This record gives sequence, structure tokens and C-alpha cells, in this order.
Amino acid sequence: MSREVMEYDVVIVGGGPSGLTTAIKIKQLDANLNVCLLEKASEIGAHILSGNVFETRALDELIPNWKDLNAPVKTKVNKEKFLFLGKSKSLNWPTWLLPSVQKNHNNYIISLANLCRWLAEQAEALGVEIFPGFPASEILYNEDGSVKGIATQDMGLDKEGNKKDSYEQGMELHAKVTVFAEGCRGHLGKKLIEKFELDKGKDPQQYGIGFKEIWEIKEENHHEGLVMHTAGWPLDNKTYGGSFVYHAENKQVFLGYVIGLDYKNPYLSPFDEFQRFKTHPSIKSIIEGGKRISYGARALIEGGLQSLPKMHMPGALLIGCDAGTLNMPKIKGSHTAMKSGIIAAETIVESLKENKNLSIYEDKFKKSWVYKELHAARNVKPSFSWGLVLGIIFTGIDQILFRGKLPFTLKHKHADHETLKPANVMPKIDYPKPDNVITFDKTSSVYLTGTNHTENQPVHLQLKDKDLPIKYTLEKFAEPAQRYCPVGVYEIQNENNLEKFVINSQNCIHCKTCDIKEPSQNITWVTPEGGGGPKYGNM
Amino acid sequence: MKILVAVKRVIDYNVQVRVKEDGTGVVTDNVKMSTNPPDDNAVEEAVKIKESGKAKEIVAVTVGEEKAQETVRKALAVGADRGVHIKVDGIIEPLAVSKILQKIVEKEKPDLVFMGKQAIDDDCNQTGQMLSALMNWPQATFASKIEIKENKLEVIREVDEGLETIEVNIPAVVTCDLRLNEPRYASLPNIMKAKKKPIEQINASDLGVDTKQRIEQIKVEEPPKRKAGIKVANVAELVQKLKNEAKVI
Repeated sequence: MSREVMEYDVVIVGGGPSGLTTAIKIKQLDANLNVCLLEKASEIGAHILSGNVFETRALDELIPNWKDLNAPVKTKVNKEKFLFLGKSKSLNWPTWLLPSVQKNHNNYIISLANLCRWLAEQAEALGVEIFPGFPASEILYNEDGSVKGIATQDMGLDKEGNKKDSYEQGMELHAKVTVFAEGCRGHLGKKLIEKFELDKGKDPQQYGIGFKEIWEIKEENHHEGLVMHTAGWPLDNKTYGGSFVYHAENKQVFLGYVIGLDYKNPYLSPFDEFQRFKTHPSIKSIIEGGKRISYGARALIEGGLQSLPKMHMPGALLIGCDAGTLNMPKIKGSHTAMKSGIIAAETIVESLKENKNLSIYEDKFKKSWVYKELHAARNVKPSFSWGLVLGIIFTGIDQILFRGKLPFTLKHKHADHETLKPANVMPKIDYPKPDNVITFDKTSSVYLTGTNHTENQPVHLQLKDKDLPIKYTLEKFAEPAQRYCPVGVYEIQNENNLEKFVINSQNCIHCKTCDIKEPSQNITWVTPEGGGGPKYGNM
Repeated sequence: MKILVAVKRVIDYNVQVRVKEDGTGVVTDNVKMSTNPPDDNAVEEAVKIKESGKAKEIVAVTVGEEKAQETVRKALAVGADRGVHIKVDGIIEPLAVSKILQKIVEKEKPDLVFMGKQAIDDDCNQTGQMLSALMNWPQATFASKIEIKENKLEVIREVDEGLETIEVNIPAVVTCDLRLNEPRYASLPNIMKAKKKPIEQINASDLGVDTKQRIEQIKVEEPPKRKAGIKVANVAELVQKLKNEAKVI
């Protein structure tokens, strides 16, 4: 049966900072263009999770009077701390010894989800049509191989793919230009990179998994505007990661942890490292007596310039974290994602008006400040493959003495799914049990995300080989999916002495970690029915 | 036939509700809001009746703040023809809602009024019943099946004892159970069309209805945390504990 078709000038996939910025900028440049934006979450912002200390540079360019328009960008950073954590001690690193990319005095502590909601209001006021609850599940191509648009997911299918009473067929959205802005490891972006070989000649992409909790803490422990980062414990010298503690408004603290997905020990559980981190005296003292009100996790993209794929292809652009514009030493990706969206909009308007090829994106990108930033940042992340201590020494030299201008570029050598060592040569890690005050288990955590997927629908975490988890991954790597998944989607259950790989897909918070880290790339994340997934508030 | 469907905007059923620190209510800032789930069933049933040719027009109505309009918009996207939004800020109790709906019913003159059996936020389960009393119309509550027969409705009700089948004369007020049907999804083109359907806005104060709160809310607090359970070794120990510690047998 043929699907219904709608035609637009531009279709944007994803309602995060880059997609929304593209939509707004296009309308500012040419109000006559029809722009449609799709978002898989039930509302804009509900799948957004980020630290977030926000640099306003791109927002200043996009909407200079954002302050007058009451943008939710209010809490200015007024104090900074950087701690090196030992098991029970901490070393306060003087902030003047931090590279300038890690200084935040002009930045704001924000909820990126709320900023996106606000951006969506601006976009709608300009006439952008925004449709939350509609995942783009399929890329459509023209006969000449260029991207024609996307198709939305069929709704109302049961587990076996049969139509239920509520069945609603997906539809085709055709566009002159389709913009993919799905965020880190977008499932269509992944296909485009493969089909158009956008990553040809680039280093393998690097990822991390980031956790975030929001705590309401005691007034005496709260210092609105304070930004603190830590490195060190509980991770060992070889594992890349660190924490953030941002004191936001309303006595809230945004507490988070990021771990590089290039970790080697299959027994490592990022979730439990984060929980353990909170028991450090210098962290516990902040949140003690407070209450955890939100939890979430999301993969982030860390490869930087060396891994950044080509961002244009016939008929489409790939932008923001879907491509990988995050600035790792800054630990910021929102402003660069937004800038990539501004450039996308300029590219699209120019190419439609003057009938130019979308490849003009590349030149515009290279001339922009975002390229300069990423170029200066490029050597930091790879240097940490030598361990925390050497990484810091090198970063000091690279960032403080040379300001990112060293005349060479370090390479990322491995993709994250290649870095795990066999379980039998790695130590097991014994994580402490949660105390349900400071630390928690995955079950009570996923509860806070408001996650739900209609139960009777096709499983959206697909296995290429359904026997592989038990036959190979369990044997060789002790099935790390049980540990890297931040909400316990994957379980090994023992039934009548037979081991069974269980996928609790209804708990999935769309972080994409499994799609990245599975050692044989056996798990593919595809879009579930629209509106499913977490319902984050001010994450 | 004309059907009026009342919908309410509530905190989404997947969200973990949090009590405000000062005990004055629950947190609604940055919280996902949705249509009250059984109200979706009410809309779906009205649309099904219209599709079967037995109804000509469906009017969706909501009472609440500016954003409550979203629930009407959603009803329009799945098949309601037009909307009415009665604007009022702050807490509004079922009696006031019923009186507002009475005014709308008198104006719109529908043959049937559908709504959810209760709202998942206050769980009052009163509005439908009070509206039927105010209108002096029959009521069929907790409907899990509705059949239209000439000038009557045959309704199967979900009651504690099982299923009860009743017959009511039209016009009537029907409150809907979740088992009544499976609400459909709004399709993209229908959402777009819904954006162009009219929603009439009326200020509650213009209806001459007293919306003052009659119930004083003293304090809102979380239910006490459940204590962790214990494992018993055998039946004898269980019986002993039930008898001596829990004192339930």
C-alpha cells in the first residue's frame, strides 16, 4: 500500500539544539520556505539530557535579544572548582592552572531540555511546523541516489508486526533538503554515514556515556552558580571519565558522570561507577540530606575533528552530535551543535536560491569559529588514551602553552566496540550495594525517567544474530550489555539451567550505548513507536 | 446526533509525581502533561460513533488554563470537529467544572456528553455524575461498552461485582472506562488539519459560574515509604509472624 506523501522545502529530523536552530535560522533568512521538524519524543525536550554549562555564542548569533524573550538561560556561573579525587581525599586544582577552554565565567548553568522547549516556541512563532511523537524511521532516496526525505514510523503494530486496532500507517515526507539532527549515534545518521561513506579517511568515532541526576539539596549546601568538575576516583588511571556538579536555580544540583566508552574491562559498570562516585566525602557532603528527583543517561560523541564525518551529501545534511561537533575539552556540544545548525540553514537557503550544491557547507564550516574551536581541541581526547596522568600533562602543554596549536594531530586508534578485553583476563569489579539514600539501583532510577513504551510493539533493539549474546558474548565478555546499559534493559536469565538473553526494551531511555559498545556490533537501535522513551523534565 | 466530549489536562501517567516541598501541592513545572487517559477513550468512542454514521458532530470541551487547549487540539486531531476552551486559572473543583459544562451543554444542546470516568490527578470521579444531576439527565458511569439503540443507549458498566448492563434514555451523560476501546493515534495530516479547526475560547467568569474553591486543602504530603519486606523460612514461621507480629490472623 502506498503511503501518504507531504512535500516540504526542508525536513529536519530531531528537535534538539542543532535541529531547532536550523529551523529558526532558515525562517529568519527566508520566511517563505516550508520547514517541518520531527521529534521522536512525546514533546520537545523530553529526550534531551545534557549537563549543561552553556556558552551563549551561537545563541547570541541566532537570537541576539534572547534575554528580552525570556530564554531559560538565567544562572550565570560565578564560581569554579576542579577536584582530583583520591579514594577518600581530594585535591583542589587551582582554576588559574586550568586551560582557558575549561573556564566558564561567561557561561550559564541551564537545562538544555528547557532551552529546547523555548527554541521550539521561537521556531513555531516563525511558522516552523513541529511534530513531536513522530520518529523518522526510514530514509527515502531519489532514483539518482540523493536523499529524497524520510518516512515516519508505522504506529500500532504488535510484537510480531501485525496491525492492531490503533494501526496508523507512517507517511512520507519529501523535501528539497533533509537535515539529520538526531543527536549522538542517530540511527538514520549511522546509515547515511555508511551509505555515502561520510567517514572515509576519518578516525573511528569515539563516544562516552553520560549520566545525570538532579538533586534538590539543603539550602546550606547550595551555591547557585557554582560549577565543579572532578577527575580521578572511582575510575582508574586508564579509564577516561569525570564528573560534573552544577548548582542550578531552585536549590537544585545537576550531578553527572561521563565515562569514555573505550573502556577495556567488560566488568566495568558505568552506572555503578557513577553511583559509587557519589559516596566520595566531597560529593556526599553536598547531596546529603537532599533528594534525588531525576535520573537519566545518554551517549555523547567525543571523537572531535579527527572523527568528524563529511556533513553534506546529495539532498541532505548531517549536523550537531549526529555528525559529532562536540568540543571534548570544553565538555560542551550545545553551542557547536547550534552553530552547525546556523551554517546548515545558510547553506540550504543559499543552495535553494542560487541552485548551488550542498557541498558549500564544508567551506562555510571550515571558515567558522566552530572549526577553529574543534581544531584547537583535537588533541586532548586522544592523549587520554595514554592514561589520566599523561593525558593531563599533555593537555596542559597542548592547551595552556600552545593553545591547541601543536603542529601534529593525534589519532583515535580504535572504535569503542573494539576495546573490550576478554573477561577471563580482566578483574571482576565488586560494586557496593545501593543504600537508597545516596546510591540507588537501576530499577528505582529508570522509574524517575518516566520511561514507557507501548508494551505490545515490535522490539526496537534488534539483534543481527539472536544466538550471539549467549553463545559468544556471554562466554567471552561476560555479556557486558548487562552492565553498560544504564537502565538494565539487557539481562541474562537462567531458566531450567538454560541461559537466556532478555531484552526489556520498554525500559530503554534511548541512550544508544548498546548500539555503540556491543563488541560484535550485534545490537541495532531503531526507533520505537512515537512518543515512547523517557519523559525528562528539566534535564 | 451531536456528542460533547469533555477532556482534562493532567500530569502524564508516566511521570513520577512529586510533592512540593512546602506541601501546597504537587510539582507541575517542567512536567509532561497529557490528556487524562479515560478522556482519550471518551473521544475515541465519540469518533467511532460518528464514523458509524450515528453522530453528525463532535465538540471537544476543556476547562482550565491556557495550555489546556492542547487537549482539545489532540481531540480535534483524532476526529472531533470543533473545540471549546473555557479559560480559568488555578485549582477548579468538580462541582465548578460541572456547572461550567452545564452552561456549555445548554448552549450546544448535545444529545450525549462523554467524558472519562475520573481524572488521574485528583481521582474525584464526580464531574459526570454532578453534570447529570444538574441537567437532570440519566447517567451511565464506568462504561466499557456503548451501543446506540433508537433513543436509548445500552451501556455495559464495569462495577466491582462484574459487569452491569443498563439502558438509559438519550440525552445522557456517559463516563468512560479504559476498557471501552483502544484510542487511536493521531496521524500527521490530521494533526495539521486539527491546527485549522476552530476552538472557541470563553472566560469562565463570563459564564456566571461561581468557581470559588469550596474545599480547603490543608497539606499535601507523600504517602509513607513502604518498609522492606522480609523472607521467611517456612509456612510455620509465616503463620507465627502473621499472628504475633502483624496480628492479622
